[in-house]
Amino acid sequence: MAEFTLPANSKVGTGTTYKAPAGAKRVKSFKIYRWSPDDGQNPHLDTYEIDLDQCGPMVLDALIKIKNEVDTTLTFRRSCREGICGSCSMNIDGTNTLACLKSIDECKGDVKIYPLPHMPVIKDLVPDLTQIYAQYHSVKPWLETDTTPPPDSERSQSVAEREKLDGLWECILCFCCTTSCPSYWWSGERYLGPAVLLQAYRWIADSRDEKTGERLDALEDPFRLYRCHTIMNCTKTCPKGLNPAKAIAEIKKLMVERR
Amino acid sequence: MERMRTPYGRVAGLGSAKEGVQHWWMQRLTAVALIPLSLWFAISVAGVGGSYEAVHAWLRVPGPSILMILFLGSALYHAMLGVQVVLEDYVHCEKAKIASLVSLKLVTVLLAVAGIYAVLRVGFGG
Repeated sequence: MAEFTLPANSKVGTGTTYKAPAGAKRVKSFKIYRWSPDDGQNPHLDTYEIDLDQCGPMVLDALIKIKNEVDTTLTFRRSCREGICGSCSMNIDGTNTLACLKSIDECKGDVKIYPLPHMPVIKDLVPDLTQIYAQYHSVKPWLETDTTPPPDSERSQSVAEREKLDGLWECILCFCCTTSCPSYWWSGERYLGPAVLLQAYRWIADSRDEKTGERLDALEDPFRLYRCHTIMNCTKTCPKGLNPAKAIAEIKKLMVERR
Repeated sequence: MERMRTPYGRVAGLGSAKEGVQHWWMQRLTAVALIPLSLWFAISVAGVGGSYEAVHAWLRVPGPSILMILFLGSALYHAMLGVQVVLEDYVHCEKAKIASLVSLKLVTVLLAVAGIYAVLRVGFGG
């Protein structure tokens, strides 16, 4: 059966509280999920009190400050700090988002930070995305053609054809959407999930691609595609404002159209 | 041993089943049919009254008979498609899943045949 409670070794306990420095005026508490593969302990929530007058405006600024100044063992992914690389996706204040785009002021009360839901955890806020990357690989996210391009020019595309890719190419593969999807939680080994399906549609919708039929063949499956029950968590949570649910609906429409 | 497979091998699995469109399309088609049919059913049943004779007399007429058979067929087919998805989502033990899916289909057919038989029996003066 689907698991509705955490297994015993995943129950989250309370951890250490790191007090704010004396004299701090604007103090905010960050409650952060901690788990290490090395100590055999259950995960726990550590509390870090941060003086917001000495910290940048975004949640990622606070995480970097904690790692630099309070607790160097805190582990998380980050790179560009401006919403382009998709590395710092995590569950903040109950919603999957990018730590670099989430302002601390938006969080009422304590800021609770967990790794992306229902993924195996490597350490602290770092989820294991191996399966999702393999699923991404499986939809062949590259241009596939039989026709060779003209030797002296690129493959051309009209302005209108190019516009069909808007709302698709912007995806940065942070997987906030896929890990917010209950259907992916229950059937992730077989359901591709919203991020990968949006990427699949990005190539189905590309006028230069010549393997649309094969791409639809590969998706035509009760689990790979049709586990989407239009729950819409994906669209609600996307930190880039994209609409994976619509991309999935477009694939379903094409499946009917080609019959 | 499954863990020794590459992640890509696990994801590729047995390949695509090349089905699912029919299920999806029929679920929508029956949903559309059920909008007028269930409205008709609710209004009619409320108007007919509770006595056996009244229902019997109402159902004998060809119009209600035909609509009742359509309503039973669409509602049970729609329900079967929906429950099938719920079972596939939540029952992950392979044996229990197969057993529950098989029972679901057999019970649905049983209910449909019993319901339609009853309507025909009334309609043809049984």
